Amino acid sequence: MEALNTYRGGPDERGHFGHFGGRFVAETLMPLILAVEEAYEAAKKDPGYQAAIDDFAKHYVGRPSPLYFAERLTEHFASRGANGNKGAKLYFKRDELNHTGSHKINNCLGQILLARRMGMTRIIAETGAGQHGVAVATVCARFDLPCVVYMGTTDIARQAPNVFRMKLLGAEVVPVTSGTGTLKDAMNDALRDWVANVENTFYIIGTVAGPHPYPAMVRDFQSVIGNEVREQMQAAEGRLPDTLVACIGGGSNAMGLFHPFLDEPSVRLIGVEAAGHGLETGKHAASLAGGRPGVLHGNRTYLLQTDDGQIIDAHSISAGLDYPGIGPEHSWLHESGRAEYVSATDAEALEAFQLCSRLEGIIPALEPAHALAYVAKIAPELPKDHLMVMNLCGRGDKDVFSVAEVLGVEL
Amino acid sequence: MSGKTGNGNGPSRVERRFAALKAEGRGGLIVYVACGDPDPETFFEILSGLPGAGVDVIEIGMPFSDPMADGPEIQAASLRALKAGMTLSGTLEMAARFRTQDDETPIILMGYYNPIHSYGPRKFLKDARAAGVDGLIVVDLPPEEDEELCRPALDAGLHWIRLATPTSDDKRLPTVLSNTSGFVYYVSIMGITGTRSASGAAVRQAVARLKAHTDLPIAVGFGVKTPEQAAEIAAVADAAVVGSSVIERLKAGLDADDRATPGLVDGVLGFVRSLAESVRKARAH
Ligand SMILES: Cc1ncc(COP(=O)(O)O)c(C=O)c1O
Repeated sequence: MEALNTYRGGPDERGHFGHFGGRFVAETLMPLILAVEEAYEAAKKDPGYQAAIDDFAKHYVGRPSPLYFAERLTEHFASRGANGNKGAKLYFKRDELNHTGSHKINNCLGQILLARRMGMTRIIAETGAGQHGVAVATVCARFDLPCVVYMGTTDIARQAPNVFRMKLLGAEVVPVTSGTGTLKDAMNDALRDWVANVENTFYIIGTVAGPHPYPAMVRDFQSVIGNEVREQMQAAEGRLPDTLVACIGGGSNAMGLFHPFLDEPSVRLIGVEAAGHGLETGKHAASLAGGRPGVLHGNRTYLLQTDDGQIIDAHSISAGLDYPGIGPEHSWLHESGRAEYVSATDAEALEAFQLCSRLEGIIPALEPAHALAYVAKIAPELPKDHLMVMNLCGRGDKDVFSVAEVLGVEL
Repeated sequence: MSGKTGNGNGPSRVERRFAALKAEGRGGLIVYVACGDPDPETFFEILSGLPGAGVDVIEIGMPFSDPMADGPEIQAASLRALKAGMTLSGTLEMAARFRTQDDETPIILMGYYNPIHSYGPRKFLKDARAAGVDGLIVVDLPPEEDEELCRPALDAGLHWIRLATPTSDDKRLPTVLSNTSGFVYYVSIMGITGTRSASGAAVRQAVARLKAHTDLPIAVGFGVKTPEQAAEIAAVADAAVVGSSVIERLKAGLDADDRATPGLVDGVLGFVRSLAESVRKARAH
């Protein structure tokens, strides 16, 4: 890897982060993809566009979200260290307090305002955990646009509360039966819808994946997370954080947290993939740890795939992490060594889920519970003045039924 | 490079075939089949029978787990083929085996980029050429990604067949047609395979628009299902492409466990023959 003077310059004009990214879509979509890119470039130059996002972020979403010192978890991890005077100081970035309960709304706000600028009259989306679907349905209600959400049947079963939420918000939820009925299949069907309805339809992709300009655009919308952390940490501790930790499905909450810090070499960046039953079992969703580069859903990135290049279904207890790919910018940060990528299993995430609930009075979503599971591994042996920020990117209300089932509790 | 011949010395199989169609004064029939569906041996029987049933150009689908531009019929066909063990190298072997008995019918491989990316693009082009493949259609490689496979394929002497669509307006069309060779595949609808159908009038207009931009033959597909529709298309374009409805016939010959029953091959080839007869009756232009 050549020495870079910035890690924040990507993508190039063709949507490449190193050799990842790009625009691998059917010709029918190309003119629209180019139009989205053009509209987004124009919007970025329009102060009115950013002002509208900021205004809704503040009054509708409830930003800025707090940076919260997780004192009891900090004490707990310190007590786990080999000797008594260690244990990182843990902060949570509270994006689970956003309206709709996760970071997904940050992106939806930016995209729906763009769709309106483009004069689009119909919105489609894919969803795994349903958090993105709920956020899309929410902004569609608010901006009065019809909304169709594709969701795999497996996910519909394990995220039932979110399915009903979307319906209450006026969205049509289309069950997807192809493949394993999870996020990748939902994305395939959303793309099929889009190809058939390009004239009036805007596709709000929920993570830093898809064809250019989506990975960059979604990252920009989610960067509000890292930008706030930077200011809030300055106010709280008078300096930069030492380590940032976030879970990775497609990678949008992680990219939003990391991006403003990419050019701060002292800040360690850790993305946590879902190891499912364990990396060695093959039943996981860790694309970087267990995959290799390929092309799916519009971009080149690390994918779980067979020797023949067929996509392998991911597995995770968390519907939001159950995706066989990862955003292309993460693949690039991985290969360039700027960020580290690790993983946590279903069992570890479940334990962290319960620990956070009991010690902090915060029921996290299963997705950030993976990030916390990794924090639990490294925090105890770090020095006491080590400032660690974990992105608590979603709340766990949606998961209580499936967790009860796994724990063998009848509701 | 546009319009370059398939093999560099003399006209390619594709060029010879379209020249012959022109001389006969008729439009051609292109049939799509998913390689290895429902199992390799049954598939080979179908493949072998296609020229005799009147098919002018064969499109062999390279099965992929996530065929984003395809409707339910072709998705299901791909998955059946994969389940029965088909791979990309298996697809190339199938083409090579076909070539031992037919050296004239053009073979176009159609599919998605990832299996090729995984196989290794350079090796794939070399092996495809050696197997007697004439051209490639890779749905998720638009002109913006031409250096991935399009330019190397043209350099290797393979045709690169691009999909033009109703969204390819006059501004976009020159980009789409650049580096296209052999023929242009016009996707007559906005949407996935096997769903909607375009009207004959709309297709006539679209073909006329394309002809103003290129001298290459125009094949029209997506939503062409019946012998009547095929004839209507073949009357206004250089060829009609039929896929999903051939696969529907194949599916009708499967048992509950997706295994081929005795009448399957005859059922498929009989339907293809009816398409070919209908196309031959339609007088071109
Ligand atoms: C709460 C939460 N966190 C994380 C994710 C994973 O997505 P990403 O990696 O894009 O942040 C999801 C996806 O549904 C989610 O709902």
